Amino acid sequence: MSEPPLTFSGSPAILIERLIAVVGEDHCLSRPEELFTYGCDGLTLDAHRPSVVVLPKSSQEVAAAVAICRELGCPFVPRGAGTGLSGGATPLFGAVVICCSRMGEILEIDAENRIAVVQPGVVNAHLSRAVADLGLFYAPDPSSQQACTIGGNVAENSGGPHTLKYGTTTNHVLAVEMVLPDASTVRLGSPTGFSPGYDLVGAVVGSEGTLGIVTEITVRLMAIPEAVETILAIFDDVPSACRLVGGIIRSGMVPAALEVVDQRTIRAVEASVYAAGLPTEAGAVLIIELDGAACEMEGQLARIRALAENEGVRDLRIAENAEERTLFWRARKGAFGAMGRLAPDLYVHDAVVPRASLPEVLEEICAIGDRYSLKLSNVFHAGDGNLHPNISFDRRDPDELARVLAAGREMLELCVRVGGVLTGEHGVGTEKRDYMGMLFSPDDLDAMRRLRDAFNPDGLCNPGKLIPTTRACMESNPKARGYDEVPLE
Amino acid sequence: MSETSPLFDLDPSLLDDSLDCVHCGLCLSACPTYRITGRENSSPRGRIYLIRGAAEGKIELGGVVAEELGLCLGCRACESECPSGVEYGAMLEKGRAAIADAGLRKGWAYRLEGFALRRIVAFPRRLHAAFSLLGLAQRLGMDRVAGLLLPFVDYARGLLPRVPRAAARRRLPAFTPAQGERRGRVALLEGCVMAELFGDVNRATVRVLARNGYDVVVPEGQGCCGALHAHAGDLSTSRRLATKNVEAFALPGGEPVDAVVSNSAGCGAALGETDQWLPGRGEELARQARDVCEWLDEVGLRAPSGSLAARVCYDDPCHLVHAQGISSAPRRLLSAIPGLELVAHADAESCCGAAGTYNLLQREMSQRVLEPKLDALAAADPDWIATGNPGCMLQIEAGVRARGMAARVVHPVELLDRAYAGSAPGES
Ligand SMILES: Cc1cc2nc3c(=O)[nH]c(=O)nc-3n(C[C@H](O)[C@H](O)[C@H](O)COP(=O)(O)OP(=O)(O)OC[C@H]3O[C@@H](n4cnc5c(N)ncnc54)[C@H](O)[C@@H]3O)c2cc1C
Ligand code: SF4
Ligand code: SF4
Repeated sequence: MSEPPLTFSGSPAILIERLIAVVGEDHCLSRPEELFTYGCDGLTLDAHRPSVVVLPKSSQEVAAAVAICRELGCPFVPRGAGTGLSGGATPLFGAVVICCSRMGEILEIDAENRIAVVQPGVVNAHLSRAVADLGLFYAPDPSSQQACTIGGNVAENSGGPHTLKYGTTTNHVLAVEMVLPDASTVRLGSPTGFSPGYDLVGAVVGSEGTLGIVTEITVRLMAIPEAVETILAIFDDVPSACRLVGGIIRSGMVPAALEVVDQRTIRAVEASVYAAGLPTEAGAVLIIELDGAACEMEGQLARIRALAENEGVRDLRIAENAEERTLFWRARKGAFGAMGRLAPDLYVHDAVVPRASLPEVLEEICAIGDRYSLKLSNVFHAGDGNLHPNISFDRRDPDELARVLAAGREMLELCVRVGGVLTGEHGVGTEKRDYMGMLFSPDDLDAMRRLRDAFNPDGLCNPGKLIPTTRACMESNPKARGYDEVPLE
Repeated sequence: MSETSPLFDLDPSLLDDSLDCVHCGLCLSACPTYRITGRENSSPRGRIYLIRGAAEGKIELGGVVAEELGLCLGCRACESECPSGVEYGAMLEKGRAAIADAGLRKGWAYRLEGFALRRIVAFPRRLHAAFSLLGLAQRLGMDRVAGLLLPFVDYARGLLPRVPRAAARRRLPAFTPAQGERRGRVALLEGCVMAELFGDVNRATVRVLARNGYDVVVPEGQGCCGALHAHAGDLSTSRRLATKNVEAFALPGGEPVDAVVSNSAGCGAALGETDQWLPGRGEELARQARDVCEWLDEVGLRAPSGSLAARVCYDDPCHLVHAQGISSAPRRLLSAIPGLELVAHADAESCCGAAGTYNLLQREMSQRVLEPKLDALAAADPDWIATGNPGCMLQIEAGVRARGMAARVVHPVELLDRAYAGSAPGES
């Protein structure tokens, strides 16, 4: 079993010189202030300074950089856009950051076979934009899609509002090329979607950068549906909105998306550049999107209307055209960031519960927020039971920070207790690594560790993520690790 | 956390401003310098983090922080994406001012810029004299000679058009009466670069406003809006210039106006933010400030009956679309011209790289920022490229010429003016 590597203790000068020879001086960052900005991803609480940052342009450069790290015994961590929310791209142990943001080319679009081949640094939304004229789109649509990279999406198995109907990233990745931690380059899967033998693409998707660096991705494209209807169901409170979600699913309909936005979130968004005219007096809004054949729409709308009236809906608003629909979705997707209006920091939680328990779990989560006197808001993928309780706070207030962490832990425990899991789409990273024992037995975790070690035997690739480091640590019923114990950089 | 870092001491408000950023990263791919470099430290989020780090005393103020604030275009595309309402443009100006105050804005190019802005641009007569001199040098071919000796002059020469003859650079009439049914009275900001290099645009603006039923006054005593100074970190000169304009535009000619109109996006954005520069005194001017396209769209354009058969790409000036949120008004106006076909091009909302004095100070990045726009324009292949800011007009025109493209760059009001000219007199 691999132990975590020690902090890099070799000569930074040699490391830098060798890496410059690979990527060129302009794409190798080593001044302290430059490194400072790579200390964290979207989870700013836990920041560590990397030794060096390199920005390769090709698979070959990635492989060469990995070879150097390996030879010098320096840990390394892949990074995309750094929008991750669980510390996946945070460089622990003085790791070298290998950032794919310059690998942003769409290499091939094959409309007939409905696939695209992309470099990992392609921004998620750019792919859908590039294929729109062909009547196609790339289905996984995380709310961060205007910024996050497909490489990051693969590593986190990202989802989005439309996961309900279309599935997460893993359902859309057919093949990958990746540089393994031993610097070899392999191709896994097949563009046909059928690949004999172990489903290694399945293992790589969601591996959070611990199995190697993905350097090319073949994804499935979908046909843009003939008709789309986006409906806002306006409610007095969140539990009623959740009950409508249950009703719709029970009815057998499969909407493209079912998203709940609560009042605090609506107000923050409506004060922002993403304002879409959402009703600021509503207790909650359920965004319902239907897509499919044009002839199906009317019937489904009528059924939704009847179900919504049963749940005491205050009003139903239907997007009048594509522009209004875009506005609604921009508002939904700007929601996390808009919470920045309430306080300097935002802790975005992520957990999944069985859909039927949504109303009760949400009431309980709000009670936890109240008990710790926190500013809590909820905006979530209700159709999937994927919750995002968001806590707005100021990390400079140690007391508030402690309450944020304690409340977060209670919320996770609650979700696991009702049969849910620790994360739906933001990953484990450093954030939830020590909670994995809540969900998995030591043997379960050992199986994961053995898989990781098969790819990453000396543990240099993204160390300290995803899996608790030793058996002892995970067996001792891990306590919430206080972020104050972790050096800020 | 230290509250005595050099940056915090120079401007404590920067720390507060930086706290508005929640590090979500939604602004990243909107940022031209990030798109080109892929570097976090050259992204809006990275720059804000650097400012916060410097304010909290975690990193040095000079070096990377100063470089990155220099490499930023100030295009404010990041603000258009920021759900958290970070006022990045204001932070950039304050950050640059602090860096200048700390003596960290180094190098001959910055010194020359500071001199030109403070001693020449700030004074309309001196600026006029400087352009006259440049025009003379151009006519005598001296600029070419100087260009052979100094590469920088050669580069700058490529960006500047020939200075128009004196007739095109004379001041606008102090008063132009409305035509047709009178709808009101507006004041016009002449601008400095506009007046010197684009006198024709100014004259077209007056005619179009008059055609739309407005008396147009051009108040005495107005001057440069101070935007270039603020972007260069010289906020005190900006405030001084803004004070003069507040006075000049308060009751020009002794009568109130319905709006203070500008045809330069950069100047318009500055006028609209006078309240932030001059709290307590600048509110009225900020409230009245309108871009000419915004104003015509707001009051309702008198549709021209003359037609203009041409394919036109409209390119958004950053200080119109991102700083003022205006993007559909100019497009609506152009679409109202009979015969004109508005052609969409990719990249219309991203910066052209002119960015005030940026194309002189950051030559390489400026050119790299321009390239994708030229690619998109070449693909759309228009007859005209319409954009409403003098810096953008110069930069795009220079790029288009260098590529040998046939399209010519105009201000949207010039196309309206042409269309009106084709209308029978009296009708519009
Ligand atoms: C406002 C906001 C909204 C969000 N909404 C959603 C949402 O709706 N759904 C969702 O699923 N997530 C969401 N996220 C989380 C985040 O955007 C996703 O996890 C995203 O996939 C991260 O992509 P990235 O390019 O930013 O990756 P990074 O944050 O840079 O990295 C994420 C992980 O991927 C690894 N990695 C990056 N590139 C590679 C590569 N080429 N090869 C191997 N490993 C790599 C890193 O090591 C790290 O572990 C949101 C985040 C924000 C800030
Ligand atoms: S102003 Fe423009 S260049 Fe500067 S950070 Fe914002 S988007 Fe980037
Ligand atoms: S979008 Fe706004 S809040 Fe988000 S990282 Fe950029 S500046 Fe910060």
